[in-house]
Amino acid sequence: MKRFIPARLRNMTRWERRRLTTGLMFISPWIVGFLAFKVYPIVASFYYSFTYYDLIGAPQWIGLENYRDLFVDRYFIKSVTNTLYYMVLAVPSGLTVAYLLALLLNRPLYGRSVLRTVFYLPTIVPTVASAMLWLWILNVQFGVLNVALKSLGMTAIPWLAHPRWSKPSLILIHLWYMGNTMIIFLAALQDVPQSLYDAAKVDGAGAWRRLRHITLPITSPSILFNLITGLIGASQTFSLVYVLTNGGPANSTLFYALYLYRNAFQYLRMGYGSAMAWVLFVGIAAVTVLVFRTSGRWVFYSGD
Amino acid sequence: MHSDPSLSTHETRRAAPKKRLLTQQQRADLRRVVGKLLVTLPAFALGITFFLPLAWLLSSSLKTPQQIFDLPPVWIPKPVMWSNYVKALTAGNFGVYFRNTMILAVTTSVGVTLSSTMVAYGFSRIEWPGRDALFFLLLSTMMIPFHVTLIPLYIVFSKIGWIGTYLPLIVPYFTGGTFYIFLLRQFFRTIPQDLTDAAKIDGCSELGILWRIMLPLARPAIAVVVLFRVLGAWGDFTEPLIYVQRMSQFTLSLGLMLFRGQHNTQWELLMAATTAVLAPTLIVFFLAQRTFIEGITFTGLKGA
Repeated sequence: MKRFIPARLRNMTRWERRRLTTGLMFISPWIVGFLAFKVYPIVASFYYSFTYYDLIGAPQWIGLENYRDLFVDRYFIKSVTNTLYYMVLAVPSGLTVAYLLALLLNRPLYGRSVLRTVFYLPTIVPTVASAMLWLWILNVQFGVLNVALKSLGMTAIPWLAHPRWSKPSLILIHLWYMGNTMIIFLAALQDVPQSLYDAAKVDGAGAWRRLRHITLPITSPSILFNLITGLIGASQTFSLVYVLTNGGPANSTLFYALYLYRNAFQYLRMGYGSAMAWVLFVGIAAVTVLVFRTSGRWVFYSGD
Repeated sequence: MHSDPSLSTHETRRAAPKKRLLTQQQRADLRRVVGKLLVTLPAFALGITFFLPLAWLLSSSLKTPQQIFDLPPVWIPKPVMWSNYVKALTAGNFGVYFRNTMILAVTTSVGVTLSSTMVAYGFSRIEWPGRDALFFLLLSTMMIPFHVTLIPLYIVFSKIGWIGTYLPLIVPYFTGGTFYIFLLRQFFRTIPQDLTDAAKIDGCSELGILWRIMLPLARPAIAVVVLFRVLGAWGDFTEPLIYVQRMSQFTLSLGLMLFRGQHNTQWELLMAATTAVLAPTLIVFFLAQRTFIEGITFTGLKGA
C-alpha cells in the first residue's frame, strides 16, 4: 500500500504533514463546494449532453445526436450569430467608452469623486430595475429619447421593437454599465509613472504620441483583463435580454444563454441544453486562448 | 510653458511683471484653473448624461397618469404624486418580496463571509505543500460559464427536493465564493507576518489567530465582501427565476417582473416600484462608496 503514496507525501516531516492537514482543513469549505458545485456538474453536463433527458424518465444515451442537431437548428445558429454580433460590437465600444472616461477622470479637474460616483452608479442598479427604466426611456411612442429626437427634427427610432434596432439598443444600454471597467482603467492610469510623461515632453512628444506610446502600452494589462472579462460576460448575456425583449422581435435578440435557458427550463430538453452549455464552454475557452495568444504582441509587462 | 521667463536673471525681465495686471504666479494659477475647467465642463456634461436615466426614472415615478404622457416631457412633476409609491408597493405585494430578498441577502452574506474568510486564510497565512497549485485551480474556476453547471445542478436539486425552497440559493454560498476568497486572500497577504508569529509562539492556534488577530484587521475587506454580496442578492435574477416557484417566495427582482406583467401601461406605477426596488442599493452605495471603489480597484488590478 505504501508505494501508492507519492514520494513527496511520504518524505514529509511530521511538522510538514501537520501543516498540510491544517491547510486543507481551512480550505475544506471550498473543496466541498468545488467538488459539488463545479467538478460534478461539469462532468455530469458532459454526460447529459450525450443523452435525451426530460427530467421525467431516465436519461437515454443518444450519442452525438444533440451535437449534430445543434448545427441544423436554425434557432441555435441564430443565437450564435446574435451573440457574436453583440460581443464584437458591444465589448470594444464599451472598452473604448470606459477608457475615455477613465482618461478624462485622470486629468486634473474639479469634482473627480462626484463624477466617478456618477459613472459607477449604473452598475449597482439591479438588472430588472434597469430593464424597466430602459423600457420606458426607449418606448417607441412615449419614450423620452424618441421625443427628444422628434423635437430635434429627426424621425423616431423603433429601438427595441424592430429587428434592425434591437441589438444596437442593447449595445447602447451596455455602454451605460461601464463603471466597473472604468474604475479598473482609472487605477491602471494612476499607476503610470509621471517621470515617463516628463521625459516624453522633454523629447517633444505631443499628447497623442504620449497616449499611443506611453499610456496605452503601460495600461495594456488592464485592457487585456477587461477585454477577457468583457467577452466572457457578453457571451453569457441573459437577464437584461430576458426582461427587455425575451428574444424578440423576430428572434433578433435570441442570445445564446436565452436559447439555452429555453431548451432546459421551458422545453425540458436537458440533454440538448447541456450540449449547448458545452459548446459555450469550449467556445469561451477558445476565445480566451486566442486573445491570450495575440496578447503577446500588444500587452506590455513592465516586470515588477 | 517653454517660453516662461521665470528662470531669467535679467533685471528687466524680473521687473516686467510689475507692469502687468497679474504676477507670474497668478498667471500660472489662472492657466491651471482654466485648464482644469476646460476638462471639468465636458466631464460634467457626460456625467449628467449618465445620470439622466435615473433622474428620469425618479421624475416619472412621481407623475400623474396624464402627466406621464405629456408632450413636451416635463421634468418636475406637478403635482408630486407620492401616492404612486403607496399604490405600487401595496398592489405589488412588495413588502413580502423585500423581506424575502433581505433573508437571502443576510444568509448568503453570513455564509459567504464565514467560509471565504476561512478558505482565504488557508490560502494565504498557512504554508503547506500544493497550496499555490490549488489556488490556481480556484482562480481557474472563474472561467467556467455559469450555464455549464446550471443544468446538472438543477437536476440534482430537483432530485433531492430543493426546488421551490431557498436552499439552492443559499447553500452554495457556505462553500465560499471564488471572487471573495481571492479578495480576502489578497488582503490577508498584506498583514505583516510578525503579528501572527508572536501569537503562534504564545501557543495560539491558527483558528485563534484568524479569529482574534486577522478578523479585526480585515474589517475593511470583510465590509467589501458583505457589500458586494448584499448588492448581489438585490440584483440576482437568473437563479431565483429558476429555483423559486411560489409567489410568496419571490424576490424583489421577480416581483418587479410580475408587477410589470400586471401593470404594463401604468408607467408611473411601474417607475415607482422600480425606484423603490433600486433605492436601498443606492442608499447602501452612498453610505459605503469609498469602501466599494477601493474594493474593485484592489481586486481588479493589484491582484495576483
